[in-house]
Amino acid sequence: MIINHPLLGPRDASEFTYLGDAALIDRPDPDTATAARDFYEYQYLRDNPAGTLRELWYHEAGDRAWLVVTRNTLTHEITHVELARDVARKAGRST
Amino acid sequence: MSQINRIDGGQIDRTQTLKFNFNAKTYTGHPGDTLASALLANGVRLMGRSFKYHRPRGPLTAGSEEPNALVELRGGARAEPNTRATTIELYNGLWARSQNHLGPLGLDVMAVNDLFSDFLSAGFYYKTFMWPAAFWEKLYEPVIRRAAGLGALSGKADPDTYDKGYLHCDLLVIGAGPSGLMAARTAARAGAQVILTDEDFRMGGRLNSETLEIGEQTGADWAADTVAELAAQPNVRLMPRTTSIGAFDHGIYGAVERVSDHLHRPEDGKPRQILWRIYTRQTILCAGATERPIAFRNNDRPGIMLGSAVRSYVNRFGAAPARQIAVFTNSDDGHKTAQDLHAKGIRVAGVIDIRKDAPRSDAYDVFAGSKVTDSKGRLGLRRIEVERADGTRHWIDCGALAVSGGWNPNVHLTCHQRGRPQWNESLAAFVPGGVLPPGLSVAGAANGVMSTAGALRSGAAAACTALSLKAMPDLPEAEDAPLSITPFWHVAGKGRAWLDQQNDVTVKDVKLSHQEGYRSVEHLKRYTTLGMATDQGKTSNVGGLAILAELAGKSIPDVGTTIFRPPYTPTAIGVFAGRSRGKAFKPTRKTPSHIWAEEQGAVFVEAGNWLRAQWFPRAGETHWRQSVDREVQATRGSVGVCDVTTLGKIDVQGSDAAAFLNKVYCNGFAKLPVGRTRYGLMLREDGIAMDDGTAARLAEDHFVVTTTTANAVSVYRHMEFVRQCLFPDMDVQLISTTESWAQFAVAGPNARKVLQKIVDPSCDISNDAFPFMACAEITLCGGLRGRLFRISFSGELAYEIAVPTRYGDALIRRIMEVGAPYDITPYGTEALGVMRIEKGHAAGNELNGTTTALNLGLGRMVSQTKDSIGTVLSRREGLNAPDALRQVGLRPLDPKDKVPAGAHLMAATGPVDAAHDQGYVTSACYSPTLGHHIALAFLKNGAERLGETLRLVSPLTGVETHVEVVSPHFFDPQGDRLRA
Amino acid sequence: MRYSGFRVIKEALTGHKGWQPAWRDPEPQPHYDIVVVGGGGHGLATAYYLARKFSQHRVAVIEKGWIGGGNVGRNTTIIRSNYLLDGNEPFYEFSLKLWEGLEQDFNFNAMISQRGILNLIHSDAQRDAFIRRGNAMLLNGADAELLSTAQIKARYPFLNVDDARFPIKGGLAQHRGGTVRHDAVAWGYARGADSRGVDIIQNCEVTGFRINDGKCLGVETTRGFIGAGKVGCAVAGSSGRLMALAGMRLPIESHVLQAFVSEGLKPILPGVVTFGAGHFYVSQSDKGGLVFGGDIDGYNSYSQRGNLPVVEDVCEGGMAIFPMIGRARLLRMWGGIMDMSMDGSPIIDRTHIDGLYFNGGWCYGGFKATPASGYCFAHLLTHDTPHPVAGAYRFDRFEKGLMIDEKGVGAQPNLH
Repeated sequence: MIINHPLLGPRDASEFTYLGDAALIDRPDPDTATAARDFYEYQYLRDNPAGTLRELWYHEAGDRAWLVVTRNTLTHEITHVELARDVARKAGRST
Repeated sequence: MSQINRIDGGQIDRTQTLKFNFNAKTYTGHPGDTLASALLANGVRLMGRSFKYHRPRGPLTAGSEEPNALVELRGGARAEPNTRATTIELYNGLWARSQNHLGPLGLDVMAVNDLFSDFLSAGFYYKTFMWPAAFWEKLYEPVIRRAAGLGALSGKADPDTYDKGYLHCDLLVIGAGPSGLMAARTAARAGAQVILTDEDFRMGGRLNSETLEIGEQTGADWAADTVAELAAQPNVRLMPRTTSIGAFDHGIYGAVERVSDHLHRPEDGKPRQILWRIYTRQTILCAGATERPIAFRNNDRPGIMLGSAVRSYVNRFGAAPARQIAVFTNSDDGHKTAQDLHAKGIRVAGVIDIRKDAPRSDAYDVFAGSKVTDSKGRLGLRRIEVERADGTRHWIDCGALAVSGGWNPNVHLTCHQRGRPQWNESLAAFVPGGVLPPGLSVAGAANGVMSTAGALRSGAAAACTALSLKAMPDLPEAEDAPLSITPFWHVAGKGRAWLDQQNDVTVKDVKLSHQEGYRSVEHLKRYTTLGMATDQGKTSNVGGLAILAELAGKSIPDVGTTIFRPPYTPTAIGVFAGRSRGKAFKPTRKTPSHIWAEEQGAVFVEAGNWLRAQWFPRAGETHWRQSVDREVQATRGSVGVCDVTTLGKIDVQGSDAAAFLNKVYCNGFAKLPVGRTRYGLMLREDGIAMDDGTAARLAEDHFVVTTTTANAVSVYRHMEFVRQCLFPDMDVQLISTTESWAQFAVAGPNARKVLQKIVDPSCDISNDAFPFMACAEITLCGGLRGRLFRISFSGELAYEIAVPTRYGDALIRRIMEVGAPYDITPYGTEALGVMRIEKGHAAGNELNGTTTALNLGLGRMVSQTKDSIGTVLSRREGLNAPDALRQVGLRPLDPKDKVPAGAHLMAATGPVDAAHDQGYVTSACYSPTLGHHIALAFLKNGAERLGETLRLVSPLTGVETHVEVVSPHFFDPQGDRLRA
Repeated sequence: MRYSGFRVIKEALTGHKGWQPAWRDPEPQPHYDIVVVGGGGHGLATAYYLARKFSQHRVAVIEKGWIGGGNVGRNTTIIRSNYLLDGNEPFYEFSLKLWEGLEQDFNFNAMISQRGILNLIHSDAQRDAFIRRGNAMLLNGADAELLSTAQIKARYPFLNVDDARFPIKGGLAQHRGGTVRHDAVAWGYARGADSRGVDIIQNCEVTGFRINDGKCLGVETTRGFIGAGKVGCAVAGSSGRLMALAGMRLPIESHVLQAFVSEGLKPILPGVVTFGAGHFYVSQSDKGGLVFGGDIDGYNSYSQRGNLPVVEDVCEGGMAIFPMIGRARLLRMWGGIMDMSMDGSPIIDRTHIDGLYFNGGWCYGGFKATPASGYCFAHLLTHDTPHPVAGAYRFDRFEKGLMIDEKGVGAQPNLH
């Protein structure tokens, strides 16, 4: 597979390490009454669709950027690649 | 030996004669021959035996789809089993022998199986050999296994080398027949970067085997001219002898170039084969089509071949399969064969055409509306029985029969991404269909375009489309007749009619499979083994489907098709491995003191990809324990030095560095003063301990984090995840400096004295100025910048000193020099391990990915006043059970006993079984300090059980002994020595 | 119809006219006591044991394609019970014992071949871990033996010991481990279940669950609604997709695992060997092919195919320990979809929906588990309580912190 790195252009997927569902960016608030349940769901119940999945890849043999890759799990087609940091900021993790 | 069936013409070089050896006989051939063509030229049709019935086998084809003529090529360590004689390029001195027979090829004792074929029907083995149960392993299976396989591996290491490489292009053209050559030429003339691969050693595809014309030239000459034009273009890479094996994601194709298989031995420094990973924007598949046979009784004898193969042998190789050849056909293809044979002066014994309106000939007999119903000839075809349109039968003498049952487009690569081919009624064949791999188009016969002119046109058009070219090139004239075929799959009747000639699957087997309910095409394949042989059913699958469809009363497309999988043809495992084998299997990482350690005679040990000194034997030491005990005692007695460079080092900088570490470590770092170091424990988000190490605060905004050797990479990855994904706006930067700094532990009561001779006088490292857990950026050896940490894994007064890696070798030599008055002793990983067990420090055996801070006795480190990774889930009930495992020390009741790692712990009395398991030993050693064996263990509720006697059992190694539960801190539990 | 050597001979002499279909091709009934979704190994085994051991006779197996077309038809055929943890080892040993009597039990020769499995050891720490594992196996009543390098070399003379990048320091052997003709397992269970009245319905895809007031009443299929007292799902690989129809999210990801077979070769490898310092394991089938594999590709996928980097990685591992295989040819590579669970261990449990039961999360170890999985799922479906050896395979173990993590890599499915 080839991942089109937003900063570096197309790179072979073997340069990357895979983590999975990009929802791992959305770490819950540890200080709520539901934290135990929230963290269980955050850690163990991840998206696993037969189709489009947003997922985290790490450019380990490259610039060490974490990327959010939108990829189809049936065809492996990649339609979008973003820096995970940008995604995290958009998700409101800056504060 | 004379080549008795050698005829005129062909693309072989008669100016040179090659000698070769098959089954201990010497023959001759010419450059341009394959082993099969050369053997046929020498009158040899019998080349092998089938898998199950050991029936005599000769070539069915002239290409890579060959199911029958498989031989062992070369010999000794270079032996290549199951090699298709039809693709082996003849070279001088070639040696080959036939396979899968007991006794000579002509008198195979195992052919007795053929007599019992009624008992060996499809799937018979699923129904018997079950009683008595013990007989399966002792009797039945050994017999079956002995019959397994065709060829044999040598058992010796492959002596050849293999390479891998990457190629990039605008357009990859797979197959250099008429469509491929035209596609490549069109793209090349347009200036595109083109790669053209072909599995054959001579490009041209069917053009080399047919007598057709392109423009004013023969097809073969046109192909040669086109290849020459392409070869002269700098933007074209021609890759003959290269099989495109698979279409992988995102335009990546695997291709194997057989660099040296046509040579006696690879040339010096040259690999046998190369695996190319071709990255391409566009690909045109021009893989042609494969002819298929018609099944009839005893249709498997040597001499019965595909019509296209007969034409290849006669036209391309100048080798006649026999002097008298009959033809069996359901299309005009058979008549082409007959005309070619006739033109070569070979007697056409008759053309048997199932079509009533078969074309006539003045030159030979044509039996219209007829079929072949049987054959004779024990080791090779002698005659065929023909049933004429009026039902009468007669025998015709012939040494070969050319069978033409239609063509199957080679759609394989179009299906590698799970596309399904579609049935084309007019061709009675599957053509590419459904969703093709992105960027792939198909041209020529592979796309069902069966005429030469059509192939040229579709190749050019595909190139124009792929490259967005506006104008089609001018095309040369060529025959443009559509294929006229009457689907016909098998001649009904008694006896066995073969579909899969290698695996001996007959029409009867397909019928039985259907009768027994194995009706899905996948069930058929798996039950009968149809299409599972080395040819993957290239000539047999569609015939099997047709018969299944007939039985089920369905159409062929309704029955479906099995899935085509890579590789296109069987591929040497060695080429996928490339150079990664032996010592080069993985890279070897060496520490900065490696050369010095080698000079000291160190014994090395693998730590991941690192090589570390395990111990440093001295003269007179005959057992590793002597060395290790000495190293421990010398360190605890005076001073020792150890290379600890392999520990992961991560520089953490930025105004939020402390806040960041507060997130990744479960214990607090915000209040750590500058100039101090703290032990830190990292949890995974699931609350399990991930890694431990130290973080040294060199400045308000600068920490140096260490990780274990094993987790250096994964911890760094994790920290980057936390930084980029969870806290994207913390002001913190990370960089791995593991390889930038050489780091040595100097440990022992005299460590300070040694280091005072290393660090520059301006650096005060007295106990007051530089106490336990201090850290600083220093200079040493007269101005060299370095770092000094007063941390201790050994439990001694100890420091770790770091310098830029390039000074590591010099530093270890200097340390040894200035340490000489104190008998400074280098120690390896074993002594390191002994000292850490004596101190009760956890390492990889304890941090095994299932243990919590609580298990490790570090439960109180998990801060409950701040949020850090893993805190919330570490509170789960299952991780905090009252009887949770706790790390303890173990001491043998009998001091002579060992306390081996991996042993399990049981109550002192009572049953010994899994239900009574109390825990297990993680790390063990002999403690030279204490004079007996010691161990660390995880024990249920262990912290409350100090002083208890337990039984330690290791049934695997035959150990049972009694141990006392003690504190894991065996030595200097108060830590006085490290603060000295 | 009973299979036997006698029967084979009789049929051979009478033109094989008497063989009956191995299973019927029934139309679905409107209602069954138990509907098993998934005609793979586990589903068919479940149906077989429901009928054979738990006196359930109104049972159907529903399969969207052809039976045996899931991972039971595309695995590397290894059976073993060399597990470490309490939650696993008794279950896998129970499974191995079921394998040992299976062929006589279901009257089908699945060529269960206990030629042994050997895990190579390459470091002292690995030896410690394998000793702990071997002891756990013995304490659970399984067999295990620690072999020296010399003993291994005697059995595998072509093993690369001298030029090894990672030294071979011995191995942990389980002699009762081995291989099975995988397709025959599906067929044997299907035939055994069918003959006991189970309806095996192929080409029937579940399109939904009919759930009313928190109770599952049956399944909607491409062949209409089929009512059921209980519905058991055993569709590993597609678990995420199927259970989503019941609104469930699972602690499971779908990943592709590739497997490989060489051309047929004369027997050279006696048993199963796994490489402890690379990703490679291999055995040789009764037909002669070297059957081998390694790591999963590592990214979520529902596509039954992989990519070249893993092919190369696997073959590199093979060449590292058996450099003779360089000249053997890889005949076919394929991919199967694995239910990779969050701790590497399976789930056999009730769901929060009454009457709906789940069996999945087998990672890439499902084949060897087939008999015990079927048996324990049948037990659960019949009694509503877990079989004792499968008691740890609960849904709630993640929330409670009771993970069964053999590899110790945590909630990272692609590392299990």
